[in-house]
Amino acid sequence: MRKWVIFGLTLSLFFGCAKKEDVIKIGEFGGLTGSTATFGISTKNGIDMATEEVNAGGGLLGKKVQVIVEDDRCLAEEAASAVKKLVTQDKVVAVLGEVASTRSLAGAPICQENQIPMVTPSSTNPKVTEVGDYIFRVCFIDPFQGEAMAKFAFDNLKVKKAAILKDGKSDYSVGLGQYFAETFKKLGGQIVADESYFEGDQDFKAQLTSIKGKKPESIFIPGYYTEVGLIARQARELGINIPLLGGDGWDSPKLTEIATIKKPGDALKDCYFSNHYASDDPNPIIQDFIKKYQTKYSEVPDAMAVLGYDAANILYDAIKRANSTEGPKVRDELAKTADFPGVAGQTTIDSARNARKPLVVLKIIEGGKYEYTATVNP
Amino acid sequence: MQEFLQQLVNGVSWGSIYALIALGYTMVYGVLQLINFAHGDVFMLGAFFGYYFSRWTKIAQEPTLFGFFATLLFAMAACALVGIIIERAAYKPLRARPRLTALITAIGVSLLLENGGQLLFGADPKFFPTLISESKLYESENLVISNLPAIVLAVSLVLMLLLRFIVLSTKIGKAMRAVAFNREAAALMGVNVNNVISFTFLLGSALAGAGGILVALAYPKIDPLMGLLPGLKAFVAAVLGGIGNIPGAVLGGMILGVSETMVAGYISSTFRDAIAFALLVIILLVKPTGLLGSRVGEKV
Repeated sequence: MRKWVIFGLTLSLFFGCAKKEDVIKIGEFGGLTGSTATFGISTKNGIDMATEEVNAGGGLLGKKVQVIVEDDRCLAEEAASAVKKLVTQDKVVAVLGEVASTRSLAGAPICQENQIPMVTPSSTNPKVTEVGDYIFRVCFIDPFQGEAMAKFAFDNLKVKKAAILKDGKSDYSVGLGQYFAETFKKLGGQIVADESYFEGDQDFKAQLTSIKGKKPESIFIPGYYTEVGLIARQARELGINIPLLGGDGWDSPKLTEIATIKKPGDALKDCYFSNHYASDDPNPIIQDFIKKYQTKYSEVPDAMAVLGYDAANILYDAIKRANSTEGPKVRDELAKTADFPGVAGQTTIDSARNARKPLVVLKIIEGGKYEYTATVNP
Repeated sequence: MQEFLQQLVNGVSWGSIYALIALGYTMVYGVLQLINFAHGDVFMLGAFFGYYFSRWTKIAQEPTLFGFFATLLFAMAACALVGIIIERAAYKPLRARPRLTALITAIGVSLLLENGGQLLFGADPKFFPTLISESKLYESENLVISNLPAIVLAVSLVLMLLLRFIVLSTKIGKAMRAVAFNREAAALMGVNVNNVISFTFLLGSALAGAGGILVALAYPKIDPLMGLLPGLKAFVAAVLGGIGNIPGAVLGGMILGVSETMVAGYISSTFRDAIAFALLVIILLVKPTGLLGSRVGEKV
């Protein structure tokens, strides 16, 4: 019996080694289960699509690309150990992930320390890329997003008094709320209430009642879709019928499913959020991607899928240009990325390793669908 | 003033959820002196049984009042069964052991249900179908009372009265009290202790199942860890009201719910739990047996 076990182990070791030779290992960490699971799943779908296309076209540097995925269950502690495993055990050459800024911040120092380039598809908090020169992102950052939504509220919706309801434990939410407030006040608006909740909360009526008493004309909720859906329901239950505004954390097919009282998405009807792309944009790059995605996964891609696809392609492009998988070389090429034709817009990486690109404002309409409303350029 | 009334309504409706879970804790404790930490997780199972039942029977697509009651009864029956299985498998073999052993086993069962639930149902939240649609019972500019919290409150009060009736005025209730008072003596008097304890778990778990469905109606996000924090706080509510005392559980739940809401609404949501629990410590310092608990002389 024992002999066979040893034989098996030796065999697996042999194949393990043999395999290492002809693939390029890329690590991906994301929340495939847990409170914001649709973010992780969409991102993975996008990355898988990009990887399949690269492999179908002969791979990179003559080798196939293999993506090793770790599920962090939407927990920051798990994110750190997932990245540690990818870097030290699986010996990946680069890391893709996370969506939530708090979890990207947990993983980034490990990549930086080991000189492994990390590309986050959709973490928008500015602190993420400040961790070090190996950390990149392919999306815009929260100061831009917060500013855009504040301007949109003030100029387009003519809101003069706004309230903020944010997730007090999330770097993304606290940051975005703060940038919104700064711009809104600079424009001459007034923030009448600034309340917090915590991820996992079920009941938001205490905060909402308190906000209602201050009579704002709109509430900015820079949170993630699960809580936003519940907040919208409870706000309508309390008779708060003003438009709710938010950021890219809203984008999930689950959002309008939760925010359904009688008809799909009715609790969020006529609300607005900023996003990375609009699915009704006639741009052929976007429509082609949507068609490909739909045949593969039979649903319309959300922004996380698009950014996952872009992040993987930008990384693969950098590896190709570097003609190497060594961390420092790939890093240098990533930093040189300019005018990359991504699905979510032309992507140029700036000196702070952030992407410079426009954002879109989407309106939630009848039936829980999104409608393109405006584009804001940086 | 109306804002204060609205916060009070919010607090009472949130508190009635604690009350509903606390009832089950307090009853099992009253009979067995066992803190059944798995109670919050049976509550979670209730919500999931309802979720799958209503989807499987297509009740979720076309909700009717009958469909709602069918779902409620199914969840209660399924939870009662789970409760009996837990008692027979995990607690009964340890009944003659020190109380601490049973307590630790209860924590073990709780962890088993939470992690087993994540494996079985998946860790991502599910959204409970709208079996009863929301409508407003009373509406003015600053005060809104909707039907769902009212239903939760009414059901907790009815269940409280029903439980009280069972415990105080039925034969099985008499047997439960006898077992609670002195298990050996009750056995000598011809009370079937095993059946009485099983019945206690059946009743407590069915209550938890009903709680799961009602909470899921008012707060439709359900996940395998949803029983953890409400379960813990319901336990606190039971202690606050005087553990073992049925009206005390409801009162304790209300106080906890209202104080949490008031702190979040008027002071800061960051300090919500801290202040609510500080209040608990103060109440227990002044009245160590809880608000409605009776002082029991330590048996030597």
